[in-house]
Parts: sequence; C-alpha cells; structure tokens
Amino acid sequence: MARYVLARLTQAAFVLWAAYTVSFVVLFALPGDPVALMVGPDANVTEEQMAAIRSQYGLDRPLAVQYLAGLAEATRGDLGDSMQARQPVTTAIAESFGPTAKLAGAALVVGTAAGVLLALLAMLAPRPWQRTALLTLPPLGVAVPSFLLGLLLLHLLSFRWQLFPASGDDGWRSLVLPALTMAAPAAGVIAQVLAAGLRQAGREDYMVTARAKGNSRPRAYARHALRNAALPALTMTGLLVGGLLAGSVVVETVFARPGLGRLTTMAVSAQDLALVQGLVLVGAALFVLVNLAVDLLYPLLDPRVATAPRRRAGVRQITAL
Amino acid sequence: MRLVPRRGGSAPVISVLWLTAAAAAALTPGLLAPGDPSAVEPANRLRPPSWQHLFGTDELGRDLFTRVVHGASISLTAALVATAVGLVLGSALGLLAGFARGWTDTGVMRVVDVLLSIPSLLLSLALIAALGPGVWNVAVAVGLASVAACARIMRSEVLRVRESLFVEAAHAGGARWSRVLLRHVLPNATGPVAALAALEFGAAILAVSALSFLGYGVQPPDPEWGSLVATGRDFLREAWWLALLPGCTVALTVLASNRLARAVRP
Repeated sequence: MARYVLARLTQAAFVLWAAYTVSFVVLFALPGDPVALMVGPDANVTEEQMAAIRSQYGLDRPLAVQYLAGLAEATRGDLGDSMQARQPVTTAIAESFGPTAKLAGAALVVGTAAGVLLALLAMLAPRPWQRTALLTLPPLGVAVPSFLLGLLLLHLLSFRWQLFPASGDDGWRSLVLPALTMAAPAAGVIAQVLAAGLRQAGREDYMVTARAKGNSRPRAYARHALRNAALPALTMTGLLVGGLLAGSVVVETVFARPGLGRLTTMAVSAQDLALVQGLVLVGAALFVLVNLAVDLLYPLLDPRVATAPRRRAGVRQITAL
Repeated sequence: MRLVPRRGGSAPVISVLWLTAAAAAALTPGLLAPGDPSAVEPANRLRPPSWQHLFGTDELGRDLFTRVVHGASISLTAALVATAVGLVLGSALGLLAGFARGWTDTGVMRVVDVLLSIPSLLLSLALIAALGPGVWNVAVAVGLASVAACARIMRSEVLRVRESLFVEAAHAGGARWSRVLLRHVLPNATGPVAALAALEFGAAILAVSALSFLGYGVQPPDPEWGSLVATGRDFLREAWWLALLPGCTVALTVLASNRLARAVRP
C-alpha cells in the first residue's frame, strides 16, 4: 500500500510539472507580447516604459531561462506576481479559494444526492413510462448551459417569487441558487452513469438470489446493486470536480459572487498571464488530488480492486451520452 | 451507421428536424426571418413575445427572433470550426498513438493525460488569454481544448478495430497496411467517428456560447447566441425573454446534437 501511494504521489508530481509546462507553452511561448497586451493598444506608453515593465516581470529573459526560473520558484510555492491585482499570484488565489470551495462543495453534495436519487427512482419506478420520464432528466442537466439555468432560477426564484437573493455572498440563502445551478450538470452525469450501472447490475445472478431470499426490489437495489454500480459513478465524481471549478467561471459571473471563477474571468480579460497560469495549475492540482482520493477509496468499496493503475475513459465521452 | 435508431422513438427524428432548421437559419437566415436583425424601432422596445415578435423585442426595439436566427450562422460556424480542429488534431494523435504503439504511444498518451487533467473550459480560457478575444480565437481555443478527449477516444477505437478478426483476416490474406487501413479499418470507424463528431459539436456549442456569454466572443451589435444572453442578462428583471429565449435555443441545439450522437452510436 505504501508503495502504491508513493507511486501515485510521483505520478501526481509528474502531472503537475507537465501542467506547468503546458500552461507555460500556451501562455508564454506562443508569439505575442504580454506587456503590449497588458497596456493595451491605445495606452500612451513609451518603448522605454514597456522595456522597464518587461524587465520588472522578467519577461526580457530568454524563454528557457524564464521557464526554468519560474519552475524553480513554483516548487517553492511562488507562482510569480499578478500584473493586474499587483499582488503575488498565490495570495490572489488563496483569497478567492474559500467562496468557490464552499460553492463547489455544496454543489457536489447536492449533485451527487440528486443524481443517486434520480437513478434509483428511475430503476425502481413501477411503470415503464415513469422510468422513461425520469431518464429524460439527466441528458437535460448535461445539455442546458449553466448560464441559462442560472438566469432561469434568478428570474423565477429571485425576481418573481423573491425567495432567494440574486447576488452576493452572505449566508446560506445566497448559496442556494448558484449551488443548484452548478449541481445540475453533475447530477446529470452521475445519474446517467449510475443508471447504466444499476441496469447492468439488475441482470446479475446475485440480484436474483437477493430477491429469492425475500428482499423487496428497493432493498435489493439499495443493498446489492447500488454498491456494485457505485464504482464507475465514484470515478465520474472525481472527474467532475474539475468540471465544477470550470463551472464556477460561469456561475460566479451570473450570480456576481466572488471566487476563483471571477478571478479567472478577470485574469483572462486583463491577459494577466501569470495569474492565468496559477489558476490552471490549481485546476490540475485539484484534479490530481481528488482522483488520488478516489483511487484510495476504491479498494474500500470493492476489495477485489487490486491497487493496480486503471486507465480512465475520456471524461466527455460519458458526459454527454 | 444508422440514422434510424432502434430505441428512443421520435426523439432522434425531432433532433434531426431541429438541427436542420438551425442549419437553414445559419445558411439562409432571410428565409426564416426576413427582417433586418439590426433594425432599430425605439417605439417598440422591450415588448414581450407576441405573434408579431415571436421572441419579443430588445432594449432598442430590435426583433429578437430575427437576431437569434441571424446569430445561428456565427454560433454554429464557430462550433463547427471548433469541432473540426478538435476532431482532426485529436484523430491524428489518436491514430498515431494507436498504430505506432511503443514509445510513441506512451509519449502521446502521457501528454493527453496531462491535458485531460486541466478542465477544458479552463484550458480554453488560458488559450484565449494568450490569443486574445474574438469569435475565431474562441473557436480555435475550444477546439484545441477538446483535442485530448478526441485523441483518447480515437486511440481506443483504433486499438479495438486493429484487434478485430476482419483486420487479422485481411492481413492473413496478404493485404498491405494501406489497403487494410482504407478498405477495412476506415469504413468500420465511420460510425464511432460520426457519433464522436455529433457529441463534440454539442460540447463545442456549449463551450463557445459560454465563452461568448463571458464576453470573449462576438462584440455587440453582431448577434450571436451567447452574447445575446449576456446582453439580455442586464434586462432580466424587466424582460426575461431577452436572455432566456436565446439561451433555450442553445440548450435545444445541444440537446438535439447529443441525442443524435446517441442514436448514431453503433
């Protein structure tokens, strides 16, 4: 086990290094002058001032030097300075992390609960049309853009019936609408994967045995099928966390909340490359951490799963089908 | 590849009809909405949907239905460009990895794994930060962000086909690689690729409209679905139709495209 964990940690470090490299190539090695982008085409800035800014951020050094120096600083936890916020990138990210973590956590809990409930209800529905009706919901959750769902909830629950505040970040009431918006695609994906797993598990011999022993259908599904179908759904949940982070970009804009998503739109609009790179790294780090946690959880749910590395299918292959 | 599905009844037919209408709107917008999308009529501002103005009118009195129909061309073309970029580059990488195996395979798939660990919207945003805003940059950014997922699916498809009996039989019959590839592998790969393309198209519409909504795509006054929603957002309190109806158009197009992907999946 210790060896497995060590191997996975090495792999995680590799992914982080590679994510740093990829984002460096995308942001700094592509042709284009970040300083010219920062000051804008109309700004009244002399060539000397531009050169001064360049040397202040170390952008006048050769690319290889920039890359190696940046990487060395990154391993010490220093991701450079944000040009726009005029503070270290790590500080800017740390300040925005809390609100987004709260939102994404709430969305993950709601989304998982709704997805599991929907899949179980669909499998247990006594009439075929009820099952069909329930199973039309998950594809909707995946296909409806979150800006539309967010604005729809705003229109109905905030403006028309005034149940929840429209924007801001104070108290749980302001968390409800954005969390619901963010939870919908997650619930859709989990329900689809779980429903497929439950359908397959329902045909297994152990389900016949469970029913023959006198278990009711709901009990057989809840105690036997769910546990077997939960593994792929758990993998999906791990993959969804990155999606939640990306979703926060749109959701936090719609509901005017502070957080990583808002920081991202601000950084991209201002072409604050160091900050964008920091945010990409946070996204990759979260993905790596969550999937590490999921992989370590796996053997607890299913003792047959040896601690062997598994290959994962592309996320979106399952997401939309 | 079959367009008439075994399951699902009329849903795929409706999907095809909707997508055809959307394509018609993109190719000949004048046919569905003969009016001028930027004709301003201040006397008629913020009118709710009616028979005269199906989707209502906006803050300048422009007919929203006409603007949505004319916006189809930019929205769908951008999504199409994104799909093409992702599919062509992704398939090339996937084919390379699947056929070369060995070190090439390991190397390519390692890069793909890393790209998959960055949420695709975040990757598109990083590309936009580097390339600058604009609808074509958005399309290319969305396409590049989907390369990894396409490469992964393509590789698994190649591995599946090259292990199949008919490829082995063709080899045993003495056929050259090029012939096996063109006559046996390619025809058997059209179904999965069509499903993948439809799926990617739906995802691209979602991503492009989300990025336009955030303000990186088309600049007003040109109509585009995502930016129409963004403009309508400011008037949500008094005129819900301005944001919600273009948004529903996006949702229905994505839904139709995803449903079609499921129907053509072999």
